[in-house]
Amino acid sequence: MPNTKTVVPFAATPEQMERLDGVIARHKGQPGAAMPILQEAQEIFGYLPEEVQLKVADALGLSLSEIYGVVSFYTQFSVNPKGKKQVAVCLGTACYVKGAADILERVENKIGCKAGSITQDGAFSVDATRCIGACGLAPVMTVDGDVYGRLQPDEVDGILEKYMA
Amino acid sequence: MELVRSHILVCAGTGCSAGGSEKVIEGLERWLKSEGMDKEARVVQTGCFGLCALGPIVVVYPEGSFYTRVKPEDTEEIVKEHIVKGRIVTRLLYHETADASSSLSETPFYKKQLRIALRNCGVINPESIDEYIAFDGYSALGTVLTEMKPADVVDIIKKSGLRGRGGAGFPTGLKWELTAREQNDKKYVCCNADEGDPGAFMDRSVLEGDPHSLIEAMTIAGYAVGADEGYIYVRAEYPIAVKRLNIAMEQAKEYGLLGRNIFGTGFSFDLHIRLGAGAFVCGEETALMTSVEGKRGEPRPRPPYPAAKGLFGKPTILNNVETYANIPWILQNGWEKLAAIGTEKSKGTKVFALGGKITNTGLVEVPMGTTLREVVEEIGGGCPNGKKFKAAQTGGPSGGCIPAAHFDIPIDYESLRSIGSMMGSGGLIVMDEDNCMVDIARYFLDFTVDESCGKCTPCRIGTKRLCQILDKITSGEGTMEDLDTLEELCEHIIQNSLCGLGQSAPNPVLSTLRYFRDEYIAHVRDKRCPAGVCKKLLQYKITDKCTGCTACARVCPTGAISGKVKEKHTVDQSKCIKCGACMEKCRFGAIIKE
Repeated sequence: MPNTKTVVPFAATPEQMERLDGVIARHKGQPGAAMPILQEAQEIFGYLPEEVQLKVADALGLSLSEIYGVVSFYTQFSVNPKGKKQVAVCLGTACYVKGAADILERVENKIGCKAGSITQDGAFSVDATRCIGACGLAPVMTVDGDVYGRLQPDEVDGILEKYMA
Repeated sequence: MELVRSHILVCAGTGCSAGGSEKVIEGLERWLKSEGMDKEARVVQTGCFGLCALGPIVVVYPEGSFYTRVKPEDTEEIVKEHIVKGRIVTRLLYHETADASSSLSETPFYKKQLRIALRNCGVINPESIDEYIAFDGYSALGTVLTEMKPADVVDIIKKSGLRGRGGAGFPTGLKWELTAREQNDKKYVCCNADEGDPGAFMDRSVLEGDPHSLIEAMTIAGYAVGADEGYIYVRAEYPIAVKRLNIAMEQAKEYGLLGRNIFGTGFSFDLHIRLGAGAFVCGEETALMTSVEGKRGEPRPRPPYPAAKGLFGKPTILNNVETYANIPWILQNGWEKLAAIGTEKSKGTKVFALGGKITNTGLVEVPMGTTLREVVEEIGGGCPNGKKFKAAQTGGPSGGCIPAAHFDIPIDYESLRSIGSMMGSGGLIVMDEDNCMVDIARYFLDFTVDESCGKCTPCRIGTKRLCQILDKITSGEGTMEDLDTLEELCEHIIQNSLCGLGQSAPNPVLSTLRYFRDEYIAHVRDKRCPAGVCKKLLQYKITDKCTGCTACARVCPTGAISGKVKEKHTVDQSKCIKCGACMEKCRFGAIIKE
């Protein structure tokens, strides 16, 4: 999955940085603090740019490479910002055997970017996710948290158009 | 507690929530209020009933009416008819119980099930500790702490024959004994709730439907091995489960059932939740502990085993959610009860998540020794749309595909391994004639390549090479030698990988090669995908049904279709990108792929 350094410049509000300080203060000193801090940091910023990783590393007395090692290891962490609207197609086994690959192809064509990336205007990002656990509704996709199940490929365009307006 | 006339149970598990059960709850509450019935009937959100295919599910007691696929707009009728007038809304009833004389436990889906780990799921409100206690919750912990020695607890678990439900089937009692024997000032109890196997959701359902049973079991484990602290490592993708676990822990602390001086016995036990971050390898025990420590979740060589040197270098026991869910039941009912269920070497029950091409998608718990046929055909209802069953896949990316020929094998740890699969955590995905087995093998290897942590070479490079060869075969460029190479490579990866992920990664390839070799040969020799899945081997063709309406030619993005108006069109295979747009557009069914 592409997880290269983003070209979008990092811009944080003072409130966001303040919240990050709070998170660090709360977890510092706990055993294994890096993961919870990074998880909460991602919630604050939506992703984990180098600037944030550096701050966490400094606070925990670790090197940037150690923190980056953790960030790049786990799929949940992203060093790229997500789109304003996020489309995710479940590629768990239950969805896959029911044709999720065709659904994903339709989504990629309609949105105009591949899974794991973001459109140039930043409006949409597409992800192929692991099992989201709604196997009874397979195949499933989510758009901004709304769940669409028992999908047929030809329904995809119509659903996405509602979010494009 | 106030007494009410009716209880309306609504499934608030992930499956039904995705289907809109929250709106159903809102609707029911609103209508109860407007009909002035909110003092007489109460809406209770519960965990999973198991029949996810027909969700959202609503059950009204005392009648026990089992309503399926309930939409928010149905709530008015349920309240006005059933609650106010006492008339059951027959159109919403589960079709197997539509006849008033048939009870739910007699339906094909539930008849052969035996619920131990899932005993409280769909029965109690998981956000209420009082309901858990009303169903004998925390009584096992009470007995253990006040009447038993730690060694007695270990002994009971050993005698019950319980084995790890996470996949490998290591005897749970023995694991506890090894950790109890270690002399150390600090020990840990861990729970693996990082259910990463795609298509498996057993553990999530226990977490969502009965979180207190896990807390109780881990506390018992702490007492048995001499630990005072525990970690639950749970997938971040399970927000409902995490929320309910947090609520349950708060309540247990408030009641003095978790934390300091439990039951006033002087025994203290504290629990923490750690969220995973989407790494399948963290289901491996040493990797999980490394991840809890805040590092890259890479496994390390064993020994030392976690019983001697686990989390933060201290003796640790690690069990998965389903294993823990059995513990309070065993202590309440006696080890003899569990040991009486199942086969010679596999005792008790196993929960399976049925998914894929099966009518009754959902969660089932059956005694060990039940046959695959009973699970897939009787409980699962077989493949939908009259399609022919091809294979059942157990054990996820670590398991194998089981063909119909082995359908009558009784399910236990040993039997599944003997036919090239494994129990795994309990995902059971059914595939029909429209699924290509080479493509399925490629799908799982693609997953493994992505999830291999990269620490050891056989797994990192070996799985990548396997995947490349499978890609080659599904593209129609494979050779017969490739099949031999696959087998040889699989052996090397199994022999030389560091952890269970690598050691089991070749199973999907080996089992499909063993049982579905003819499909591989069709791809290699005839350049044909018999199931019609592998895109590069497909050809779209226009048959004589074509009326020459030109719709396909207009929709084709590459201009591959040509023909005169009102005459049969043709596809230029060299231009066709196999997008399938023409086939969808054709109103006459004249375009086929083969």
